Amino acid sequence: MTAEGIKMMIDAALPGSGVEIVTNPSVSGQHSLRLDPSHAVAVAKFLRDDEGLSLDFLSNATGVDWPDKEITEKVKVKRPVTKTVDGVEQTAEETVEETRKRVEPGCLEAVYHLYSVARKHGPVVIRMRTVNRTDQVELPSLTSVWRSAEFQEREIFDLYGIVFKGHPDLRRLLMWDGFKDHPMRRDYVDPDDFEYEPTAHDEVLKRAEAHRAASQEGRAAGQ
Amino acid sequence: MAVEEGLKIELGKQGVFVTTIEELYNWGRRSSIWPMQFGLACCAIEMIATTMARYDLARFGAEVFRPSPRQADLMIISGTVTKKMAPQVVRLYNQMAEPKYVIAMGACAISGGPFKQGYNVLKGIDRYIPVDVHIPGCPPRPEALLHAFMTLQKKIDAQPLTGEGRPRFLDAQAQGEFPVPEFGEHDLEPSSNKGVWPVPVVISAGTKGLRD
Repeated sequence: MTAEGIKMMIDAALPGSGVEIVTNPSVSGQHSLRLDPSHAVAVAKFLRDDEGLSLDFLSNATGVDWPDKEITEKVKVKRPVTKTVDGVEQTAEETVEETRKRVEPGCLEAVYHLYSVARKHGPVVIRMRTVNRTDQVELPSLTSVWRSAEFQEREIFDLYGIVFKGHPDLRRLLMWDGFKDHPMRRDYVDPDDFEYEPTAHDEVLKRAEAHRAASQEGRAAGQ
Repeated sequence: MAVEEGLKIELGKQGVFVTTIEELYNWGRRSSIWPMQFGLACCAIEMIATTMARYDLARFGAEVFRPSPRQADLMIISGTVTKKMAPQVVRLYNQMAEPKYVIAMGACAISGGPFKQGYNVLKGIDRYIPVDVHIPGCPPRPEALLHAFMTLQKKIDAQPLTGEGRPRFLDAQAQGEFPVPEFGEHDLEPSSNKGVWPVPVVISAGTKGLRD
């Protein structure tokens, strides 16, 4: 069953649910469906209960962090240019290339992989995106549709910081309760506990060098 | 203080057995090290294999794995210590009665191993509790654990009962309880016990270190 086919079925059953196809350009061509968070639970129920689809098994739910992306692009702009030709000042339109920078806001995404045990097909990949990465990070929980989403959504909440509304027991799963960070986010800075690293390299090497410099300064100050 | 080896053999031939309290005491201690029954990760499988008939840890007087820290003498840190698990490990160590020993088994228990750069893994249990024997390996083979046992036995044998270098439980000034780290907002607090684990100074690491 293709993503397009499923989208058509959803559109026919639930008009205005705002399902979009996210294409996958790789060889596998495993396109996914992006659900509108406000209609996601209804669409998920349809995917599970529809006779033809009966996607009754949620195999995996995970998160993706899309950080803010700075895009540099060259735009051709028309601009009046004043020139002096044969002693006469002329104003002409000219096409000039301009480099512009814009920031594409990031978001957090939850990805669910569905299979049908009854119909023996799958996976069908559905996605949901939050508005941004900071304060509007809420998505509807699909635990009411697939019970197996409970712990996986807790894990996503723990590691990515997506708040699932309607989740029966949204607590951290892997890290402790007082932990404040979300370690799988791209901008996570892990605690600086590489004071000692005998075979440092890359990022760790930079940290180790900083520690070494600090300890040498400390020793020099002590003498 | 020890009896001269040649004299001891000579007296033995005459049917006289000579020893010192220290020797007898250490022989008793080293011949009945009961490990605590707990495993943390895949190294625990090797630890279990060590206790079974093929490798037979019982030969060293250590066959009785105790499920209670109160009855155990040896803690085998067999596997990855996550930051979430670290306080419990330290607490169990505190609950063990003296004399108590620790074997850090495998790369993870020593340094974090392949997970060292993870946010959730403790970079070596020796940051919080004193470790007597480290065994490298991922996981170490049962022979390596047996070797660690023998190393520990040698260490116990060599311990004097008085004066410098006596075991912790015979030293009234020695630290007996180790602070249990607490869950902080970003990391365990404190991130290491400086009394147990002074931050090692790297003398030469690569080309830059040599120039320094």
